Amino acid sequence: MSEQNSKPVSGPGRRGMRGPRPKLKDPVGLFKRVMSYVTKYYGIHIVLVAVCIVISVLCNARGTMFMQTLIDGYISPLLASPDPDFSGLLHAILVMAGIYAVGIIASFAYNRIMIYVSQGTIKHIRDDMFEHMESLPIRYFDTHPHGDIMSNYTNDVDTLRQLVSQSIPQFINSGLTVITVVACMLMLSPVLTLLTLAMAGLMLFLSGKLAGISGRSFLAQQKDLAAVNGNIEEMMEGQKVVKVFCRENIAMEHFGALNQSLYESANSANRTANIMGPVNAQLGNISYVLCAIAGGVLALKGFMGFTLGGLASFLTFNRNFSMPVNQITMQMNSIVMALAGAERIFTLLDEKPEEDNGCISLVRCRMEDGKIIPVKERTGMWAWEHPYPSRGTVEYIPMKGKVVFDHVDFGYEKDHIVLHDISLYAEAGQKIAFVGSTGAGKTTITNLINRFYDVNTGSVTYDGQDIMKIKKPDLRRSLGIVLQETQLFTGTVEENIRYGKLDATRDEVIAAAKLANADGFIRRLPQGYDTMLKGSGSNLSQGQRQLLAIARAAIADPPVLILDEATSSIDTRTERMVQEGMDALMKGRTTFVIAHRLSTVRNSDCIMVLEAGRIIERGPHEELIEKKGKYYQLYTGNLE
Amino acid sequence: MIKTLASYIREFRLPSILTPVMMVAEVIMEMVIPLLMASIIDNGVEKGDMQHIMKVGMIMVVAAGFGLLFGILGGVFAAKASTGFARNLRKAMFDHIQTFSFSNIDRFSTAGLITRLTTDVTNIQMAYQMLLRMFVRAPITLIVAMCMAFYINHSLARIYLTAVLILAVFLGLIISNVTRHFREVFKKYDDLNASVQENVSAIRVVKAYVREEYEKRKFFRASENVYRLFVKAEKILTLNMPIMMTTVYTCILLISWLGAKMIVSSTLTTGELMSLLAYCMNILMSLMMLSMVFVMITMSSASGQRIAEVLNEQSLLTNPEDPVYTIPDGSVTFSHVDFRYNRDSDNNVLKDITLEIASGETIGIIGATGSAKTTLVSLISRLYDVSSGSVKVGGIDVRAYDLDTLRNNVAVVLQKNVLFSGTIFENLRWGKEDASEEECIRAAKLACADEFIRKFPDGYNTHIEQGGSNVSGGQKQRLCIARALLKDPKILILDDSTSAVDTATDARIRKAFREEIPGVTKIIIAQRISSVMDADRILVLENGAVHGFGTHEELLGRDEIYTEIYETQTSGGGDFDEAARAADADYRDEAFDRRGGENG
Repeated sequence: MSEQNSKPVSGPGRRGMRGPRPKLKDPVGLFKRVMSYVTKYYGIHIVLVAVCIVISVLCNARGTMFMQTLIDGYISPLLASPDPDFSGLLHAILVMAGIYAVGIIASFAYNRIMIYVSQGTIKHIRDDMFEHMESLPIRYFDTHPHGDIMSNYTNDVDTLRQLVSQSIPQFINSGLTVITVVACMLMLSPVLTLLTLAMAGLMLFLSGKLAGISGRSFLAQQKDLAAVNGNIEEMMEGQKVVKVFCRENIAMEHFGALNQSLYESANSANRTANIMGPVNAQLGNISYVLCAIAGGVLALKGFMGFTLGGLASFLTFNRNFSMPVNQITMQMNSIVMALAGAERIFTLLDEKPEEDNGCISLVRCRMEDGKIIPVKERTGMWAWEHPYPSRGTVEYIPMKGKVVFDHVDFGYEKDHIVLHDISLYAEAGQKIAFVGSTGAGKTTITNLINRFYDVNTGSVTYDGQDIMKIKKPDLRRSLGIVLQETQLFTGTVEENIRYGKLDATRDEVIAAAKLANADGFIRRLPQGYDTMLKGSGSNLSQGQRQLLAIARAAIADPPVLILDEATSSIDTRTERMVQEGMDALMKGRTTFVIAHRLSTVRNSDCIMVLEAGRIIERGPHEELIEKKGKYYQLYTGNLE
Repeated sequence: MIKTLASYIREFRLPSILTPVMMVAEVIMEMVIPLLMASIIDNGVEKGDMQHIMKVGMIMVVAAGFGLLFGILGGVFAAKASTGFARNLRKAMFDHIQTFSFSNIDRFSTAGLITRLTTDVTNIQMAYQMLLRMFVRAPITLIVAMCMAFYINHSLARIYLTAVLILAVFLGLIISNVTRHFREVFKKYDDLNASVQENVSAIRVVKAYVREEYEKRKFFRASENVYRLFVKAEKILTLNMPIMMTTVYTCILLISWLGAKMIVSSTLTTGELMSLLAYCMNILMSLMMLSMVFVMITMSSASGQRIAEVLNEQSLLTNPEDPVYTIPDGSVTFSHVDFRYNRDSDNNVLKDITLEIASGETIGIIGATGSAKTTLVSLISRLYDVSSGSVKVGGIDVRAYDLDTLRNNVAVVLQKNVLFSGTIFENLRWGKEDASEEECIRAAKLACADEFIRKFPDGYNTHIEQGGSNVSGGQKQRLCIARALLKDPKILILDDSTSAVDTATDARIRKAFREEIPGVTKIIIAQRISSVMDADRILVLENGAVHGFGTHEELLGRDEIYTEIYETQTSGGGDFDEAARAADADYRDEAFDRRGGENG
């Protein structure tokens, strides 16, 4: 089953590149939603931040105005006076020092508070995402590429953090600065203000034009980058094949060509982006120069009471004006990018969680005079607790592990039925095997028992209760599953086995490992049971990982087992050793087993032969052999 | 690391030098403006000289214009240098990886190599661009502004110098502190994301064991930890602001106070005071930029390190100096071969293997998982070198052959095999570039692939998706065998290459081999006893050592491992899933299956 192992690695980071602005459906709504997240936890913080920003902007403006006071109010009169008295100036400077100090404190305070706001908001969003993700149905994970889900946590969260921590406060800050600066400039000279605004308009217009050009070339770069990255991924995956076939030179040639065209488009994209900076900066300078000339003329003429000090202050304002305008245009882009990320995050958060309308729960119990008494302590006995709120009574049904499918139809998509009219009875303790070709629907059937998916029509009952009425966690707790593709977690070997039963002791872990015949190889690992498994256990062989998964199921000790090709990657010799453990594990439990080795299914109580979503033959091994039908053909390898 | 990386800039030396030069020119143009301003005020406004205002104004516009020109040129050169650097790095790495031996590839892992070629190169490209544009620009701004300030007034400029020194010390402290913290945070952050990744791919296990709450608690703990570390790091970073602002404002006020006094005593003019204050802003900005560049560089240095690792990796397999270009025959000899993957470990994977395989023989290899079957055959085409002993092909040590000659004559169908995006023809021609359609079809027929290829709507021109995701496992294996056959090898090695092919087809493939290519030495690794039973001789491996080597009849009953495998497999008949697949496997079903459920 090699196709299971060759799933392309779709790592995060594909969307992270700088790119053209994405289109948003409802940017305002999105922004509101982001802000509601911020204000939900940090309402007071935000108010404080706003106040601090206003204070700091005002202090800053006052500081710039000081130039005028300094020149017109003190220097010029002092120059004129024969006996200059500096005490007034000293006083003014001390007052200014006070104002500056307030401004510094205010801006320090808002930056500090913003750390908590932005990091905290991001933490909440991340936690909510994870919490919500854990509640999503398997369907979600089957229909969404895992790389895309990951990218929600990496790229999207990162851009959103930028938005909250930098873009929004800077946007507010820049906006307020622009307003106060314009107000101050108007006070100083309306004419020069008009000139400044006109230049700012030109600046915005030009950078818009450049952004358009750069957007187009970034698009081209993005395309080439995708081609190069795709080629890299494919060739690195197949590097060993390249070597075996001595195709190194051809691979290099092909990559070289793709790489060259990426260089060309990246060069032109970066060029336009790089030009934007100096264009804006020099336009700012030209605006400054023009104001200096015009202001000089005005001051010379003393037009409308414009003074030298006024000019000095105005020129500083002119500088202070260009900067936030530049910043706003820069922030616009990152805000749009971040909102696109936010949109994807909210899409995840808005996914409908797995529904659970069950009322029956699983409880520990003991028998007393033939009656079931629920208890807290471990007894090794379990019962289903079925409350009847209308009658105020509770019914206890002993848990045995009888599973019945009654005329079940199912399709992953509504109009595409893959299982047709499946009926089967698994008495408690029986072993039921499913055989059939890939795509016949074997795994799909097991997916219905633990409600990874729900039936379209028909029903599945467990000890006589419709599984739709059983609480999902309790249902799943009563089922042990070993999947074909073994998933382990970062942690020690012991922790991985303990995953099946969180409060298991070391001895229980070892016992489970012995049952699965995993104890031997675990002891040979460098740190034995304390060996760390990294990257879902990539330092173990496929077979060893399957043994661990079996041990994990064994320790959970469930009454019903589902073994989906659990031994497919174990060679026959090892499998035989595992088989003994598996047989011990299966004893007394209802077991559903999917296997492609006949030796595994032969001793089943009932074998279901599936074809294209239908059970075409059923019965114990001997019966099916006698029948000389499909099973017989498969068994003897006689296809004709 | 820097030396390694720098050698790939050489081609773009000119733009790499011109960028900072342009930046310096732009800075000078920019710095001239406040100075000219002073002249406008002092000689124009104060003296009432319109002419002067206009004249100096024009000079200022011209200066700004030149600034614009230099700025644009700087941007253009920077783009060329940085993207070119990235191109060279990518190409160099890719080409270098082509020379890697299997052990080199194993050392880095596929995912590791991909990250280096993609993300890391992008990081370096951005950092280099930043470096060219800002790293020179910021200090130059600082220096020029400082010079201008000194030119205007010595004593007042000294205030700036003191302030800059104080600031530099503080910023340096903060940055060195912060980068350490951030490095720690990002590591934890990566771990956090890795745990998400794990949860996404193992969601079935999480749900089956009802461990949602457990996973959530685990995640919240890690998330809280990341949050605290981030806050801690950023708190240090925010100290930047007040320190910087305090220094700047102190300067402004000091200059105002002293400047006013000097103006009154006629040692300074109003215009000069104004330009001094303007330079104050420039100095401040350049310091901020400098600190940003430092942070950026430290952050991207990890990427540089990773890239340099690849570039400095020495291939462990090299062509011999005077290589042999012809292979006499397909015989294989192992004599006292020991092998370990890691030179330093003393854990021998293969132990004292001695074998003689005659040309044209068919050898089956069987053994438990981890018995080193794959390792053994890898030595024949010199994918790895022996640790001691020798492997000979055609009587000559494999290390004496030209690598390409050897590998072209020893065709290996790898266990973890890959098809590439392209048509079936294109994929088959990997084996032989100029193979005619007839040759391709003949190879496909030999590998029993022709039958299903013809069922595809586009036949041999069917497009294979990346990684061969649109053909089934069994089909992929047969295509890989056909591809290897096109090489027309002297030795053909199948490493568990028919595991997904049903038993009957498997038998037909082996029959075709026997009849069509009798002269080729065939080495077949299999899990299935039926795949090796009819081989001339069968090698039973156990823990990296030869456990038995002989015909089926010789081994059966005498070699306990072989007998055990035989009995387990034959008592239960064939292989169910695959037999069933053979009965009704067609292209559509397989494709649907992958769409349906993950494990469908």
